[in-house]
Amino acid sequence: MYPKEFQESIKKVEATRQARSTQQFPMLSLADRTALLEAYHPDYKKGTMREISIGVNKGDKTPHEFANLFEAYSQINPNDFSVPAPKYEADILVIGGGGAGVAAAIVAKQAKANVFLVTKLRVADANTTMAQGGIQAADKENDSPAIHYLDVVGGGGFKNIPELVRALVSDGPEVIRWLEELGVIFDKASDGTMLSIHGGGTSRKRMHPCRDYTGAELMRCLKDEFLDQKIKYLEYTGALELLIDKNGNCVGAILVNMENGEIFTVKAKTTILATGGAGQLHIQGFPTSNHYGATADGLVLGYRAGAKLAFLDTIQYHPTGVGYPEQILGQLITEKVRGVGAQLVNVDGERFIYDLETRDVVSSAIIREVQDRKKGIMSVTTGGVWLDTPLIEMKSGSGTILKQLPAMYRQFIKFGIDMTKEPVVTYPTQHYQNGGILCNEYGETNIPALYAAGEVTGGVHGRNRLMGNSLLDILVFGRRAGRHAAEKASKTTEVKDGTIEHVMKYHQELGKAGISKERKSPMLLPDYRPKEFQDRFYFLSHLKE
Amino acid sequence: MAQLATIYIMGKEYKVPNSLTILQAIEASGFLFVRSCGCRGGFCGACSTVYRTKDSYKLKVALACQTKIEDGMYLAQIPFYPGNKAVHNLSQIKPTTETLCALYPEIMRCISCGSCTKVCPQDIKVMDYVNAAIRGDYAKIAALSFDCIMCGLCATRCPAEIVQYNVALVARRIYGAHVMKKAQHVNKRLDQMKENQFASEIEELMKNSADQLKERYTKRDMEK
Repeated sequence: MYPKEFQESIKKVEATRQARSTQQFPMLSLADRTALLEAYHPDYKKGTMREISIGVNKGDKTPHEFANLFEAYSQINPNDFSVPAPKYEADILVIGGGGAGVAAAIVAKQAKANVFLVTKLRVADANTTMAQGGIQAADKENDSPAIHYLDVVGGGGFKNIPELVRALVSDGPEVIRWLEELGVIFDKASDGTMLSIHGGGTSRKRMHPCRDYTGAELMRCLKDEFLDQKIKYLEYTGALELLIDKNGNCVGAILVNMENGEIFTVKAKTTILATGGAGQLHIQGFPTSNHYGATADGLVLGYRAGAKLAFLDTIQYHPTGVGYPEQILGQLITEKVRGVGAQLVNVDGERFIYDLETRDVVSSAIIREVQDRKKGIMSVTTGGVWLDTPLIEMKSGSGTILKQLPAMYRQFIKFGIDMTKEPVVTYPTQHYQNGGILCNEYGETNIPALYAAGEVTGGVHGRNRLMGNSLLDILVFGRRAGRHAAEKASKTTEVKDGTIEHVMKYHQELGKAGISKERKSPMLLPDYRPKEFQDRFYFLSHLKE
Repeated sequence: MAQLATIYIMGKEYKVPNSLTILQAIEASGFLFVRSCGCRGGFCGACSTVYRTKDSYKLKVALACQTKIEDGMYLAQIPFYPGNKAVHNLSQIKPTTETLCALYPEIMRCISCGSCTKVCPQDIKVMDYVNAAIRGDYAKIAALSFDCIMCGLCATRCPAEIVQYNVALVARRIYGAHVMKKAQHVNKRLDQMKENQFASEIEELMKNSADQLKERYTKRDMEK
């Protein structure tokens, strides 16, 4: 139930619903989009970024929250640490157990590689599981990978890396077939035709949903296949540093058992970083839709070893995070809600943006409505606007929400809000890391034998990702990295000992730049405890100087 | 100042603001989650929690991230449950009545007590899909179990030691891979891709300047 002060505004939303249901709202021109972004998108907010003071991307601008992780010391003291002999050896070490890592592991195993996967939570504890609305792929008659390409680069501000976009859109149909064969239950007609919808910025209906549990459905099938393939893995195992041999090849990683603090190493012919995103950094204080482990660890590990990063000055804020109730602030309200007909309206029940503009644009419009025009619902923490969900039922019939958006219905009804009858409050939430480690189309980084795949990488989505292209991204590039790393491993006969000399050098640079020794990374887990309890990660306490 | 609620984490008393979720309340009490915390958004099943409230014998369950605390809650989480998963080769499997019983013979031990259904935080009719599994009714299992987040609470309550969520998962995979029809439009597209039908068009786009791309982007037709 909403508090009384919301009721008056809800009446206004109800009063305009009928008229809005058939109203066409114009899309913005590219010039208007740019103007809106520059005025209201958080990426353009002054004082929120700084130049990185050390490392490969020295001088590049990035949010302070990222810079704080790069300008930070290792969790281990390299001068007082001898790299333990490998506890495990493998052809491929995969770091990260989300969609990209698991896809890479399955494909590499099928290519006869000996794969070892580590993840700091459980396999499948990842943003993949939380993806709701669908996966894009150009597989219908009226669509083509070229049309998909144009949508991707338009959404990305025409800054995307062309080779990566080509790989993304060209592998799409093959990925969908792979998923069908893995037993993923897509929303289909009885003859097998995929039901597909629009997302923000798509010119064709190429979003393939599995109700609103798309990521969860994909991830549980991938995980089950991963287990069926009997791939070796360790859960609750975090990565502290990469190991680099004297020739500069990546040869594995230093890991920590997150429960008993044991430090150990895995020696590998190739290593795939698939550590995911960074929502738990709460850039500019935004709430996040991301899972508990989204702490940018892979960026830190790669960067210390000399991996180049790209697009570090852009973050995706999903337009529709939960704005109320407080308990679930920032959790995702899938774009599919707008894809099936809900509209964004202000406190007076008026529309203010075409609902399926790209995410960066819609978020900027919501921020303008709340902060500048003062037409938001101001009594909630972040301020917010309405997402008029009962309109879905008005347009497509009673029961549509329960059928197509069961997760969203559950999310709100648990707090007494029935989205079939009442609109929901929404505000942008930190959702996706547009930038990351620079790779080629096979997932290779500039460090020999180090690959990366998924959200930890940057470039394919340019400055803004479209809905449904992340699920595609993790599978396209997870599979490519897995395949390529397996091939490379098959040709690698000798693996030299790994060192952490790169960490020593990095520490020297940090010292020269006068960075405080208090600052450490990778973060591994966010700390939501009250201040007096913090700085006590018991599983790292024995590493303290 | 928020009002405080008294909660008991594994029997020990803590006072926390009463507006928090169970997950937030445990953190506010000074605990760092390593286990029992995953997506923080109701999708991963990591934070399944068993609780009882004051003056009641009834055991209830919740996802800690999706449930507000109540005064007097006695809380315990289930970080891991050693449920069995049958390893199989999906491509070789047949969607027959015997398949599920062969993979998980314990489903035949179901006594239809309904504990699984009663405990499910997603309100899934778990017992009904176990019965459908015994009959080999794949469509029904898929429909009934689709919203499962594999928190595992059903398995903790099952007197027959069935791991319901794994039974449902393999049944859904069999249904998706072997019963549902494959999308014919995907076949067609894959054939076209084999013939490199779109390669030159994409290469042309890759060579386009930003201005050329912008013009093409602005002029693209939008499917209604």
